[in-house]
Amino acid sequence: MNLAVKDIRHNLGRFALTALGIGMLLMIVMGMGGIYRGIIEDATLLVDKAGADLWVVQRGTRGPFAEVSRLPPNLVDRVAAVSGVADSRKFVFHTIQREHGGKPLRMAVLGLDWPTDRGEWLPLMAGRPLAQNHYEMIADRTLGLELGERIPLGNDTFAVVGLTSGMIDSGGNGLAFFTALDAQAVQFDLPGEAIRLERAARRGRADRIDLSRTQPPLLDRAEGESAAIPAIPPPALSAVLVRVQPGVDPGAVASTISGWADVSVHTREDERQLMLAGPVEKAKLQIGLFRVLLTIISAIVMALILYTMTLDKLQSIALLKLIGAQNRVILGMILQQALVLGTLGYGIAYLLGQRIFPRFPRRVILTDSDLIELAVIVLGISILSSLLGMWKAARVSPNEALSG
Amino acid sequence: MSNSLAIETKLLTKIYGSGNTEVVAMRDVSLAVRRGEVVALLGPSGSGKSTFLTAVGLINPPTSGQILINGQLVMDGPRAVVDPTAFRREHIGYIFQKSNLIPFLSARENVQVALELAGWRPGKARQRALELLDYLGVADRAGNMPAALSGGQQQRVAVARALANQPSIILADEPTAALDRSRGRQVMELFAKVAHEQNAGVIVVTHDERTLEVFDTIYEMEDGVIRPGAGHAHHAMPAEAR
Repeated sequence: MNLAVKDIRHNLGRFALTALGIGMLLMIVMGMGGIYRGIIEDATLLVDKAGADLWVVQRGTRGPFAEVSRLPPNLVDRVAAVSGVADSRKFVFHTIQREHGGKPLRMAVLGLDWPTDRGEWLPLMAGRPLAQNHYEMIADRTLGLELGERIPLGNDTFAVVGLTSGMIDSGGNGLAFFTALDAQAVQFDLPGEAIRLERAARRGRADRIDLSRTQPPLLDRAEGESAAIPAIPPPALSAVLVRVQPGVDPGAVASTISGWADVSVHTREDERQLMLAGPVEKAKLQIGLFRVLLTIISAIVMALILYTMTLDKLQSIALLKLIGAQNRVILGMILQQALVLGTLGYGIAYLLGQRIFPRFPRRVILTDSDLIELAVIVLGISILSSLLGMWKAARVSPNEALSG
Repeated sequence: MSNSLAIETKLLTKIYGSGNTEVVAMRDVSLAVRRGEVVALLGPSGSGKSTFLTAVGLINPPTSGQILINGQLVMDGPRAVVDPTAFRREHIGYIFQKSNLIPFLSARENVQVALELAGWRPGKARQRALELLDYLGVADRAGNMPAALSGGQQQRVAVARALANQPSIILADEPTAALDRSRGRQVMELFAKVAHEQNAGVIVVTHDERTLEVFDTIYEMEDGVIRPGAGHAHHAMPAEAR
């Protein structure tokens, strides 16, 4: 006869509610682990998906994700000319927050190097890659945009031609993919009044130098478009992505490019480590510590529940001892109940989590290894938390059965 | 003589506390109960009856004195000569004032658990439990939980559990206190029947003087001292044991 099961069956409603409570607590522990894993995954997602062997950024910076990096567009051609480089691509990355449909729309803008990169590598769940140089975008579904929807950004309007799944930056913002030119246009978009004021200021600056008096047509040029003035550089890139030829050591190519005084080069692994040690480090630590605290709290709550359950049946325990039950029978009953509670709680946590976690704003990734690790922790908690109840039960004297 | 005795106590004394707080709950109690004999133990509250019963039941060790069960020395002063838990399981049946059934087990399981603890296989234990409930007239309530049984039915189940392992001694502490007169009498007659049929020694602590004719021997306790009850048959201890 299994006394643990008999007791549980007798108090089924209360036990089920207790297991549900423990399950929800464990679900939070599980969720925190999933969020922790999601942050790491999100942080390194772009680095991994971009498929670059080397990241060329502004000299002395840890760009383009950890800090701002600005590079001249012609760097793409300089890098392409280096021996061992298979191809080089523009990379434009920045975050914007606009309003759409009366709600804030925050997105990470990523520029693709049209026409070599049209976004074929993206995990599209609907639609297609970019098919023209302007006015098209591919959006992650977390942005809440529909296929075919038209989004005004600055002076231009972009049509959503593709939807991706799971493309998020390290801050949890959904990614939107444009051509690099459009991404720069969105980044450096200025209102008409600001452009007019800048042109007037240029005219004023030109008036104050001798050159305007010796070459008056320059004054007219100063009031024109920026692109028509050679002294003003075109919009900057965030990075240049490099793929090396098969069989070539990326380190050797990196060493060559690093010799240039205006750029720094990071390998793919460097870039991953920069992400993990930089923007996500504190969030990772905070969630990790929070998870440890929640695990400890779960253990304490379980211990108190099992202790209370033991107190509720002290009379029965005393009676069992009186009719000849050895301590191991009683302790076995408490341990079995702790294990049933832990197992049920874990199962409830998993099942609830499967339904609730996808609704979270940040990705919650449950890996097999994390689930196994938590299962072992729950097993440990169940055994440890039953100790208090077992200690109490072991001290019950059969004499107490007579006092009831 | 010892071999025919189910219970024999020699100069049992129990002292609680020490110094100014010292209380003598039981003083030099010597008693013998034969196999098949039903003994009543009367006395006012606080006279030491329950202390005596728990000492004989190997629950509450005496401060001094000896306890022999079936001629075997089991307690020598406060020291247990045998494993008390195992000995209780195999030789002693208990019945209390309140039926004290385990609330999360059915009537049949309350009896069956005592058998399984003694090493019976579940199938045979189940069968034996049903037989005992039938013997005590509550077989039709075998599947009921204790809360669904009347006081008398609960007490019968408790008796069935006490009898489960065919104990050589049965100790009952005010077993009829929660029952009406006729139920109380039925339970007392049951003890007598069991004692005679199973050749067990039975000690019943009771206040219920309406049922005293059922008992073979009556003792009274007062201030921790035991003496034969007036007007009833009794067995004095052999002089050499005192």
